[in-house]
Amino acid sequence: MSGGLLGFLGEAAVALLLIAGSFFMIVGSFGLLRLPSLMQRLHAPTKATTLGVGGILIASMLFFLFTTGRVSVHELLITLFLFLTAPVTAYMLAKAHLHRARLQKELPPTGRPVGWATFDPAASDPDPDSGLRPTDGR
Amino acid sequence: MLARLLPHPLLTLLLTVVWVLLANEPSAGSVLFGLFLGVVLPLLTRPFWPERPVIRAPATVIEYGLLVLWDICVANVQVAYLILFKKPEELHSRFLVVPLDTRVPEAIVTLAGTITMTPGTVSCDVSADGRALLVHALDAPDPEAAVATIKRRYERRLLEIFG
Repeated sequence: MSGGLLGFLGEAAVALLLIAGSFFMIVGSFGLLRLPSLMQRLHAPTKATTLGVGGILIASMLFFLFTTGRVSVHELLITLFLFLTAPVTAYMLAKAHLHRARLQKELPPTGRPVGWATFDPAASDPDPDSGLRPTDGR
Repeated sequence: MLARLLPHPLLTLLLTVVWVLLANEPSAGSVLFGLFLGVVLPLLTRPFWPERPVIRAPATVIEYGLLVLWDICVANVQVAYLILFKKPEELHSRFLVVPLDTRVPEAIVTLAGTITMTPGTVSCDVSADGRALLVHALDAPDPEAAVATIKRRYERRLLEIFG
């Protein structure tokens, strides 16, 4: 990293982002430890860590911008993949938990004539030829 | 003809761009291979995604993206606060039911993903007819207000985008 005021400000920005990111990461992990039920613990890794990873990725982009003078875009890809995979992971964990803990009776009613898809698989695909579209189209 | 070769032109573009970004240096070779992936992958996965969604309001897509990014930052701070300063037994954790107005699968998936990434909520299940989402909230003292926020903030915009 180059010297001078600009170099110092760059270093300070990178350091600040790293600290902020680490803070949110550790809070997310702490939540995993502290919250009592599985559904509550699911919130910690899907959220607190997003900003943590985000902060560290922005710090990485800034660092390489200052040291090599080039924009690194791998960090944006990591963000994209994270945003694509985190909800799917959370959904699979929640679904597995609903099955294992046999929570069917404790869930609120759907407000529809059918049940939740996890427990009511027959109704979710009424017509195999209709592709993935649910009942009665748009 | 073109529609059969490129069932999802936007996906083709996205895959190409992602491949070029992965290479981290745009070159003719990476663009060509990216285009190859962008053509082949949508063709291979077409049975799983038979219809092409119509984006009605491209400007709203950008607005939605920025809104979600902002909400993720806010949600992170909120969840961090709840974890650090609230006793777990003081949290009003509960399941919410979000009735859906939109019928477009792509919009429902986007909404479910957004709910998981933002304000203290994780989407857990969808009703078997795809008309309601089961959402778990970490701290929702007023469940009706939480559902109304989700519908007003996210679903209204998704309805504009996907119709």
